[in-house]
Amino acid sequence: MAWSKEEMAFEVINMLNDGATVNLGIGMPTLVAELMPSTKNIMIQSENGVMGVGERPTAQTVSPTLINAGKETITVIKGASFFDSSLSFGMIRGGHIDYCILGGMEVDVDGNLANWMVPGQKITGMGGAMDLVNGAKQVIIMMSHFNKNGTSKFVTRCQLPLTGTNVVDKVVTELGVFSPAMGKFKIIKLASGTTKESLGDSTLYI
Amino acid sequence: MSKICRDAFEALSGIKSGMTLMSGGFGLCGIAENCIDALSMIDVKNLTVISNNIGNSGRGLVKILVQKKIRKAICSYVGGNPDLEKQIFSKEIEVDLVPQGTFAERIRAGGMGIRAFYTPTGYGTIVAEGKDVKVFDRPCILETALTADFTIIKAQKGDSYGNLWFKETARNFSPLMAMAGKITIVEVEELVPLGAIPPEDVHLPGVFVQRIFQGKNYKNDIEFLKLKE
Repeated sequence: MAWSKEEMAFEVINMLNDGATVNLGIGMPTLVAELMPSTKNIMIQSENGVMGVGERPTAQTVSPTLINAGKETITVIKGASFFDSSLSFGMIRGGHIDYCILGGMEVDVDGNLANWMVPGQKITGMGGAMDLVNGAKQVIIMMSHFNKNGTSKFVTRCQLPLTGTNVVDKVVTELGVFSPAMGKFKIIKLASGTTKESLGDSTLYI
Repeated sequence: MSKICRDAFEALSGIKSGMTLMSGGFGLCGIAENCIDALSMIDVKNLTVISNNIGNSGRGLVKILVQKKIRKAICSYVGGNPDLEKQIFSKEIEVDLVPQGTFAERIRAGGMGIRAFYTPTGYGTIVAEGKDVKVFDRPCILETALTADFTIIKAQKGDSYGNLWFKETARNFSPLMAMAGKITIVEVEELVPLGAIPPEDVHLPGVFVQRIFQGKNYKNDIEFLKLKE
């Protein structure tokens, strides 16, 4: 059976080393923060300038000047720090962040990622995604296996505008965990009951 | 000469059509509310505005955007800003989308006297089009510095010299933009006496600030209120 979003988040959490520093993208990756066990001692960075993102505030503790990169209200944990955007992206670009977890629109066998733009559709901008995929030590993509039209997001070559080239380390979908390797997607793990044939073009996987 | 101004209008004196303006804030967090309100009442147009989001959900810089005062926007993220999206599609505004880390560093470089730098961010994407590529440990693209005629930012506390202290995540791009602006205007929630901010706690030394004033009527809008269940 396909994994739920929560089960996908736990797959990601299990990949993270204790004590790691993690940057989380907007959308599905925020579930990772919500489900993170405190025993993991993970420091969550948000690129708008905070290290040590904590749980949601209460109506009493909420502050308009304390937000994450999704512009949502947050709190910070003990040991947190605030800094400007240049230092924040210096942490990212300089290789000081262990993992970044982002959503995806297309991933190809060379580890190229497209996740910021569909030509002719809504314009959002890339935000920090291009810096994150080039700077974080490990890039984990958390996404649905198929898009809304039922087409696989795992492709031989990305057609959408790229976010970065040769940057993806692992992809977690509702069907399993995959890694671009040697011109294919290596199957690291499949959700129980999932077969290679149910992944779309089975020749893309090893 | 004192850096202290009466209000946003006095602080903005000298701003003209066609100038480049940097505006601090991440979304609506830490924006220069008083200066933006004043700009909506001043007769300036054809501005080039450098700001991460150019306002959001009808607020912040959207006030002057809908007045068609912005000719060109340099920013990294415009999701949640339908007014800007509309002007992009109707070609009423020119937009330069820059990866956020490159955006921050181009501004920092502008203030620090660095003319350009090579970065891996954007290599192999449309961001790299037309840019010089050089291979170090990996391919990198050349990005140039950004500066501005005027910068408008907000800080929680500031003194008469312009030393600033920012609250929580309201700091974001503001110290960088302060360094990159020829005339940097700071509005503060609390204008404090010299010495009130301990030297160790000064987030931005006042040397980067030309004008400062006590702001008023802050809304400090929250974009997405998320509370613990």
